[in-house]
Formats: sequence, structure tokens, C-alpha cells
Amino acid sequence: MVNLILYIALAFVGLAVTLTLVRFIKGTTSVDRIIALDVLTISSIALIGIISHFADRVIYMDVALVYGLLSFVAVIIIARYFERGL
Amino acid sequence: MDGIIEIIGAVVTLIGTFFLFLGSLGLVRMPDVYNRIQTGTKATTLGAMLSLLGIGIIHLDWYGKIIVLIIFILVSNPISSHVLAGAAYYMGIPLTKRSVVDKMSKKTVLTVKKQKISEEENN
Repeated sequence: MVNLILYIALAFVGLAVTLTLVRFIKGTTSVDRIIALDVLTISSIALIGIISHFADRVIYMDVALVYGLLSFVAVIIIARYFERGL
Repeated sequence: MDGIIEIIGAVVTLIGTFFLFLGSLGLVRMPDVYNRIQTGTKATTLGAMLSLLGIGIIHLDWYGKIIVLIIFILVSNPISSHVLAGAAYYMGIPLTKRSVVDKMSKKTVLTVKKQKISEEENN
């Protein structure tokens, strides 16, 4: 029962990643692409959480934490680059 | 047979991933950079937090790392979207034609200042 519900949740996350990739490829401005990258990272964190349930390993949460940290720093640096150059 | 607590956690995860899906749908359908920033941050923050919380309810002994991750998402995601919106306004990306008011443009700032001055004079 739990695994069935989590498979449906995986399908939702996959759909979200696909829709975000559409905006990532189509995006009219560069800020659009950076937003799509941010949303992609947040979706991937949720995806890693669900995968860590299926693999039954808590160490994947550390991977998600480092991934989110790197994405946060990357978005801040790119926004600063847009604003006044590095 | 699974316990009732695990099923509650799985349903919470399902609700969270549904919010993630709604956020990305708004990312495709919204007309403007600023609207996309708004929908791409609020909905996905709630969605990621709920889905991690559901995993934490299923595996109750993982609570430490999951709480750290939830607090990190709650703090970092609004900051990054705020910085991005400021950069987009600085670059001069136009608002959509359907928007009603632009509170950061120089014209609006000047009229608000004039209104405040006239109110003080009346008092």
C-alpha cells in the first residue's frame, strides 16, 4: 500500500521535472532558465527523498542536503552576476 | 500489512509531490518572469517540505537529517527567489501587459511621496 502510493508520488515528480524542462529549454530570458534550474533542484531533492525510502538508506539525505546547498549558492552567485557583474 | 502511520506518511508525500507538480505547471503557464518566480518558489517550497515530512513519518528514526533539510529549504528558497527577482528588475525585464501596478517604478514612488507630503500638510 505504502509502496503503491509512493510510486504514484514518483510519477507526479517525474511529470513536474518534465514540465520544468520544457520551461528550461523554451525560456525567453536567462532569468527564466535560472528559475527553472531552481525548481528542478527542489524537485530533485524530493525525488532523492523518495528514492532513499525505496533503497532504505538514510545516507541519501546527506546527498540531498549537499545538492540543495550547492544550488542555493549557485543561484545567489548567478543573480549577483546578472545585477552588477562578478 | 503496513501500519496506519506509514500510510499517513505516504499520503503526505503524495500531497507534497502534487504541490510540486502544480508549481511546475504554473512555471509553464504563467505569462511573466515575476509571476514565474512567485509560483516556482511558493508551491515548490511547500511541496518539497511536505514530501520530506512524509518520508520522515514513514521512517521515524530518520528525523534528524530530515528536520535539518526541511529547515534549510524553508530558509534558503525564499532568499534565492528574492535575489533573482531583484536581479530581473535591475535588468529591465518588462512586466506583463495585464499587470495593474508597478510599485518599484520611479513614477509610482514619486506619486506616493507627494501623497504623503499632502497628508502631512493637511494634518
